[in-house]
Amino acid sequence: MGNPNDTIAAIATPNGVGAIGIIRVSGPEALPLVNPLFPAKDLSKVPSHTLHFGPLKYQDVLLDEVLLSVFKAPHSYTGEHSVEISCHGSPYILQKVMECLIAQGIRPAEAGEFTMRAFLNGKLDLSQAEAVADLIVSETSAAHQAALHQMRGGFANKIRDLRTQLLNFTSLIELELDFAEEDVEFAHRPHLVALLEEIAGEVQQLIASFRLGNVIKSGVKIVLAGRPNAGKSTLLNALLNEERAIVSPIAGTTRDAIEDTLIMEGIRFRFIDTAGIRDAEDSLESIGIARTHEKLREAQIIVYLYDVNTLTEEELLSDMATMPQDKEIILVANKMDAINTATLPKREGHLYIAAKNGDNIELLKSTLIQRLHLNARPGDDTIITNIRHFHALQRIMEAIHNIKSGMHSGLSSDLLVIDIRRALHEMGEISGEISSDEILGNIFSKFCIGK
Amino acid sequence: MFSEYDVIVVGAGHAGCEAAAAAANMGSKTLLITMNMQTIGQMSCNPAMGGIAKGQIVREIDALGGYSGIISDKSAIQFRMLNRSKGPAMWSPRTQNDRIRFAEEWRLALEQTTNLDFWQEMVSSLIVEENVIKGVRTQMGIEIRAKAVVLTNGTFLNGIIHIGEKQFGGGRVGEKAATGLTEQLLGFGFEAGRMKTGTPPRIDGRSLNYALMEEQFGDEQPGKFSFLEESPILTKQRSCHITYTNASVHDILKTGFEKSPMFSGRIQGIGPRYCPSIEDKVVRFEERERHQIFVEPEGWNTVEVYVNGFSTSLPEDVQYRALAKIPGFEKAKMFRPGYAIEYDYFPPTQLKQTLETKIIKNLFFAGQINGTTGYEEAGAQGLMAGINAHLNVKELPEFVLGRADAYIGVLIDDLINKGTEEPYRMFTSRAEYRILLRQDNADLRLTPMGYKIGLASEERMEKVKKKQAAMDEIKKFYSTQTAAIDELNALLEAYQSSLIQQRTKIDFILARPDISIEAMRKYIPALDQFHQKHSAEEIESAEILLKYSGYIDRERELVDKMNRLEGIKIHPNFDFGNVNSLSSEAREKLKKIRPTSLGQASRISGISPSDISVLLVYLGR
Repeated sequence: MGNPNDTIAAIATPNGVGAIGIIRVSGPEALPLVNPLFPAKDLSKVPSHTLHFGPLKYQDVLLDEVLLSVFKAPHSYTGEHSVEISCHGSPYILQKVMECLIAQGIRPAEAGEFTMRAFLNGKLDLSQAEAVADLIVSETSAAHQAALHQMRGGFANKIRDLRTQLLNFTSLIELELDFAEEDVEFAHRPHLVALLEEIAGEVQQLIASFRLGNVIKSGVKIVLAGRPNAGKSTLLNALLNEERAIVSPIAGTTRDAIEDTLIMEGIRFRFIDTAGIRDAEDSLESIGIARTHEKLREAQIIVYLYDVNTLTEEELLSDMATMPQDKEIILVANKMDAINTATLPKREGHLYIAAKNGDNIELLKSTLIQRLHLNARPGDDTIITNIRHFHALQRIMEAIHNIKSGMHSGLSSDLLVIDIRRALHEMGEISGEISSDEILGNIFSKFCIGK
Repeated sequence: MFSEYDVIVVGAGHAGCEAAAAAANMGSKTLLITMNMQTIGQMSCNPAMGGIAKGQIVREIDALGGYSGIISDKSAIQFRMLNRSKGPAMWSPRTQNDRIRFAEEWRLALEQTTNLDFWQEMVSSLIVEENVIKGVRTQMGIEIRAKAVVLTNGTFLNGIIHIGEKQFGGGRVGEKAATGLTEQLLGFGFEAGRMKTGTPPRIDGRSLNYALMEEQFGDEQPGKFSFLEESPILTKQRSCHITYTNASVHDILKTGFEKSPMFSGRIQGIGPRYCPSIEDKVVRFEERERHQIFVEPEGWNTVEVYVNGFSTSLPEDVQYRALAKIPGFEKAKMFRPGYAIEYDYFPPTQLKQTLETKIIKNLFFAGQINGTTGYEEAGAQGLMAGINAHLNVKELPEFVLGRADAYIGVLIDDLINKGTEEPYRMFTSRAEYRILLRQDNADLRLTPMGYKIGLASEERMEKVKKKQAAMDEIKKFYSTQTAAIDELNALLEAYQSSLIQQRTKIDFILARPDISIEAMRKYIPALDQFHQKHSAEEIESAEILLKYSGYIDRERELVDKMNRLEGIKIHPNFDFGNVNSLSSEAREKLKKIRPTSLGQASRISGISPSDISVLLVYLGR
């Protein structure tokens, strides 16, 4: 990354035409280098956190009328002197302003450089910087919340707290080892067991939250399964309110898994329509069926749809047998509008809908949200969305497992400490108490320019 | 009168003797200057070498080609391998020694060292020209020129001895303090501080009732420190005894507190938290009703005993009355009281990794002058300073041990990066990679390095090669050979371990915690036959590797991870002052210590992980 003493600039708003576009300038010379373009005020005299309206000129040519936000070090995002120029959002104007800034001796920022400066100036710790990267790419409000929570340091604080407790305990064990010749006992084993249980509990919850975290970040995969002509494509259209899948009365029309997304309560649901489950005679369709089984394995929730009027009990049972065992399955009886209630008893726990009319579609949607939250922690709690954290947490669990089984088999404490130290190391890498080049590489490579 | 020496070593304690021997053995023309040739290699405190972490250091000194291991073995009166019941990283050899024989063996060994001369006098100042050491000036005004000087002044620099309200100058009881050097070094810009240490009273063993104490024997099968055959294995041993203080001992001690130099503030120096005086223990651990006392014999024939755990500087009459309340000490006669000693030290952050001072070229510090405590810590520093003094003089590359190489590496790295606020003692917990730094593999770790720099002998290197080959052979045998079911099951039954159903590779059985090679040999004749040609040491080291490979591998992984930071070098001219993003404390510390790698920077006290991240960003991209 470039010289951190340069003054840098980048367009901070997305590409394309918008009502306004913002260019961010940061660095020790931000004010004196921008000021010549903005003759209306002497920026060195204005207070921090103030807005200034006026013409932006380069060599007496008017570029635009702009609003300047002035932030003075250290009270800015980067901790340096910063100016944000809000101009009209045309790509041409933004580009023109950038060119003028560069002519002033300001360097175009590299990806992630603003955040790196914020980090270098102590404005963000590593896990916060990591969260900024997540925040930028967050597409839904839930992803936004999770990233914001991490940015405020909640996640790192929790791990840091547990690590401190474990560290204190390890010091006692170490003391005991080094004074083995004297009759001392410092580390009360039942306390260690209790502490390990507590850490394991927390880490396990965090690991579990990764499922939800991943859902929040990448969306939740919902696979529509069922026999041909059960109405899967119709249901998909009903859910998405648009004609997306090919709907036809001929069984087996959907040959490819079709994917579309729907954001409900801030969570992105990715619906995947599949070819029907059936022993296909036609080979083209059998490819579709192989894909269906692959999709089923990847699903987080399976919606099994059937025609309530035609599916027999035996067929239902045999279809269930082909489903992956460890998945959440919602059983949906379609075509309830044409039901003959006299001959067909209502199946317990099945959801009755009529996809064609949109009957009970809202009920299906709320069921999906409800099922998603079943295994996840609610509300404001910390949620893991980052794969690096997830792997570190898994390694912590592995170390804790080793410690516990070691204690169980009466292992000498100097050997226990090897795994305790591993756990401490992993926890330290998450909480930022141990720095490594890997982490930095990971974080600052994820950025786009302008942040 | 003197021609120019390559290396002058000032002081002939554990550090000085090792430094002189190393420099001379590597080929430097060396002079050892001591205030008194009768007190070379003194054990100023307890008559013992080694112990937890310290025993590993003695093995390391030996593996590199130092003398401490051989001297300790030759003068040992008892050997114990501490912590046998714990994992192999904790096994720590320790000897009780005959104090007089120990000093005698040191003197003999040094007298037989070629390239080594002696001179008895006090060094009063250093000859320094343009920040390069040129030699020393003695009290009589003699100038002796040298290319390098190693200072190992121990507790002698402006030493003051305290017993109750009495105080007098001295480096040890009955020996003069050394004056003048500290003042001169301050003039060169060094910082100095005061430290304090203490020693317990010495007692007439004939006046003790051992029947009231618990006897502690040496090991039934004693080992030794040195990897060489040269030193003997003990055939007879002397016991130590264990007794305890009690409330009435503590009550009497308390009557002396107002005259205590510690509590009255007469002693300014900071004492070792880990080796506190008995009065300190009574105050700090008020809730404890008793403290352990080890009664250690001072030699084969002497009646003098050392009262380990009763270090004190209270008035002598208080010491005497308190001792008499300890079971077995009712009629105790004192040879001399315990005392505290205050002395000058130089914060070791002023040193490079070679123990050369940053201010004066070719001037080295080793031992208590660096704020450490302990014979083993001193010996290790002396050895490293002697080696590097020689290498500097001959313009050869420096010799530095890493934290994953040796406790000696941990010791010096800690000292120069973290400094020390109290007398620094080695602990196994100071080493991140304890399982790698075992007493059994010190030779495998270090002898090849010692050999390469010309210190460890050909004989040592040959022994290591043989040991390595034997270990490889044993490992291969265990991982490929199976044993008959009935043989194995007889063994497993005897050790109440679960039985097996089919022929099994023997390393699989050895991995069980309760099964040892020794046990397996009893039940599997072919195995016993195979091991006939192996030495006990070869079998022990191979067994540890076979049994604990999982732990050793995991620790190695961590070493590799941490080593990535060691691999990020910081250019000597890197200007930390320019990195505005560092905290101002970090900037100051980094400018002062001038770490050569990011790993080293991360260990400097006051440097936070975010400072390291900042440096990573600056250096890495």
